Amino acid sequence: MLVPEDLKYTKEHEWAKIEGDIATIGITDFAQSELSDIVYVELPAVGSAVEYMEPFGSIEAVKTVADLYSPLSGEIMEVNEELENNPSAINEDPYGQGWIVKIRITNPEEIGKLLSPEDYRKLIGAE
Amino acid sequence: MLKRTPFYKFHTELNARMVPFAGFEMPVQYEGIIKETLYTRQKLVLFDVSHMGEIEIKGKDALHYLSYVVSNDPSKIKDYQVQYAVLLNERGGAVDDLLIYKLPDRYLLVVNAANTDKDYNFLLEHKKGEVEIKNLSDEIAQLAIQGPFAEAHLRDTLGLELSDMKFYWSMETKYKDIPILVSRTGYTGEDGFEIYVKKNYAEEIWNTVFKNDIKPAGLGARDTLRLEMGYPLYGHELNDDISPLEAGLKRFVKLKDEFLGKDRIVKELEQGVNKKLIAFFSEEKGSIPREKMKIYAEGEEIGYVTSGIFSPTLNYSIGMGYVKSDFTDEKVHIDIRGKLKEFKICSLPFVKETSLKVSKKRKQ
Repeated sequence: MLVPEDLKYTKEHEWAKIEGDIATIGITDFAQSELSDIVYVELPAVGSAVEYMEPFGSIEAVKTVADLYSPLSGEIMEVNEELENNPSAINEDPYGQGWIVKIRITNPEEIGKLLSPEDYRKLIGAE
Repeated sequence: MLKRTPFYKFHTELNARMVPFAGFEMPVQYEGIIKETLYTRQKLVLFDVSHMGEIEIKGKDALHYLSYVVSNDPSKIKDYQVQYAVLLNERGGAVDDLLIYKLPDRYLLVVNAANTDKDYNFLLEHKKGEVEIKNLSDEIAQLAIQGPFAEAHLRDTLGLELSDMKFYWSMETKYKDIPILVSRTGYTGEDGFEIYVKKNYAEEIWNTVFKNDIKPAGLGARDTLRLEMGYPLYGHELNDDISPLEAGLKRFVKLKDEFLGKDRIVKELEQGVNKKLIAFFSEEKGSIPREKMKIYAEGEEIGYVTSGIFSPTLNYSIGMGYVKSDFTDEKVHIDIRGKLKEFKICSLPFVKETSLKVSKKRKQ
């Protein structure tokens, strides 16, 4: 399972890449593997507010559905519209082409509550 | 401690994702549920279904006893024929659904893995007459070879000539010196076979069959394939409270002099059922029904979803669920995370053209 060093993680298996006051958010390699074939992503509207560890959308796989939790509070700046036609990008490239939303961070203090790559590896039982 | 089937090492070699299922460590997928589902419909796959239970019934009164506990009429099948039936409790609910193999000297019941112990105890508790009941589940491995090329593949690999075998028939034969029971059965809607073999020979059969174009498929694809055909799955469309008539299994219910749950079955046949199973679909992206979601008709809650998936074969959402039996509309609404989404009612199976249908026609 890939757990890149430059990202922060949640116990609900999202990742956040923090660059200044912008965070790019997606789900982890572990999460996409658990969900298996992803067929639909329900995305929030640009401009809407998201809250720390509150659901902001959902991911439908063939057999199951999972809520998406926001790692940080903020405002949706951009959603990955490519996912509408190609949701399997999340399976194929969860940390790249499969990114889900970009938010403007409104409460930077929450960054401290996110998991480090090391903590996340422990959570999923990886080395 | 989870049990492992004799094919465990093959699954790990093939990088299967293993999950706990009915007390076993089972492969849920190898390459992915969508690929495995489509490959079953188009070509040929191998499922390890060794978790399924096998219960043997023998003795002078075996037929009479079996007729007493199941919904179907096992007196109607000949040697080597196979029959689908529901194991009934006193209340007419489903203890399990199963296959009955009639063999010259015995009956073999093939039951759901999660219910093997429950069924075995139930059968012992309701024993009647001179019968011997044995749970052989730990001794037998089972493989399912499913897909349009199954018949040719078993000719090429095991040397079996199965072109004359009709659907729901079986034979006892040998590969080299290994005794096997082969039947033209399956849970996919495609043409296919199931092979039962003693555990100690299991690896050799796998190695012989796992050749050429065959690919492994896991429990994930097994579930999408069965739902695309509208086959019930115990724990979803069937449970101890649901009768086979409610589950739409009327053709597997036969009235006999005496059988468990007869009062309810007779009453439901005469007066109708309280709830019925319906099938529905939606082509709207993201409208995927899931188990336990509520079903509405004209604003009124009328039932619940029992199974729902995104169908890999049809490329849209399908599901089944129970509703009040007086429901007759052409559409329902399902509450998907707070939003009411419209679904159209349809007939089963969802996937209508399969290799099994072709094979059945050819044999008429």
